[in-house]
Amino acid sequence: MSQKVLDALKAIHPGAIEHTESQHGDEIVWVKRDQLLVVATALKTDPQFLFDAPVFCTCIDRLDWQPIGVPLAQRWSEGKPRFEVVYQLRSTTHRHRIRIKIAVPESDPRVPSLAGLWKAFDWQERETFDMYGIRFDGHPDLRRIYMYDEFVGYPLRKDYPKEKRQPLVRRDDLPLNPIKVAREHK
Amino acid sequence: MGVELSTTRLEDAAKWAKASMAEKAVNWGRKFSLFSYPFVTACCGMEFMSVAGPKYDLARFGAEFPRFSPRQSDLLMVVGTVTEKQGPAVKRVYDQMAEPKWVIAFGVCASTGGFYQNYSTMPGVDQVIPVDVYIPGCPPRPEQVLDALILLMDRIQSGRGHSQLRDKREQLIAAGNDEG
Repeated sequence: MSQKVLDALKAIHPGAIEHTESQHGDEIVWVKRDQLLVVATALKTDPQFLFDAPVFCTCIDRLDWQPIGVPLAQRWSEGKPRFEVVYQLRSTTHRHRIRIKIAVPESDPRVPSLAGLWKAFDWQERETFDMYGIRFDGHPDLRRIYMYDEFVGYPLRKDYPKEKRQPLVRRDDLPLNPIKVAREHK
Repeated sequence: MGVELSTTRLEDAAKWAKASMAEKAVNWGRKFSLFSYPFVTACCGMEFMSVAGPKYDLARFGAEFPRFSPRQSDLLMVVGTVTEKQGPAVKRVYDQMAEPKWVIAFGVCASTGGFYQNYSTMPGVDQVIPVDVYIPGCPPRPEQVLDALILLMDRIQSGRGHSQLRDKREQLIAAGNDEG
């Protein structure tokens, strides 16, 4: 649908693009992490792109599963990354859309923030930080948005235990009150 | 409605009878004038509305008047899923309610967490506050809710609600401390 966007982008920033692909009518561009802001600025301001509508920002945790059929080493220069941060953009003038993906290794989960370019990504990036622990550099207010501040860990990571609860309060009148017991044994 | 100990058995018996008759009368009044506080968090709220509406008519049993201030209510209806983040709020609402107070966990989510088994959902509101009657169902039928209310009314009449039992326990402990 918007293959020409991919082609134009590759012509303008050949060094910033890792890889491009098209799936189910959606064009996907894999961008190098340190070049993300440059590419995003071009996507927003360049008259042939004009992506003015941010759709979503999320993350994929590929802890124990990999995309089928594509050797990872061919795609990314940074080795085998665990996370994929995904941005979806849409242009209301040209009526085309594009998906940006950034490979993020587990050891250094940082991505430049796009909240400065599209204000709507502010809370979306906070959600991604809250659920996956991705740090967005340059974000104006990177705090948890759903979970409480006492929560430890990132619940949507694949290695977060399914049964693990982190209660804020429990009853005082039960003989076995885990919080009370923990407090008394401190 | 404390039972005081006195010298003669006859006086004891008379006092006990008087106190227990008075308590019965008070409990009879309580069970027919429940003021409910609907703590509605999820889809069970729709079913709660149908129970409160004219077809099933919760008002027949005296629980007619939902108060939206916990200070004016004595029946907490926890209707729907409660998250861990909401725990302090539920506890605070319960603490603010007028004594003696009762709690109904409406639906499986409020009772046990239901089919939510994850990081955010509290496995039953009884983790935080004592619950008198649990209503299963997702959501429960209105008949089940009316059944639960009648069950609760029986419990109130016989003084077996959580807060009533706690009051009695505290009075007994206080009486024991006075003597010793």
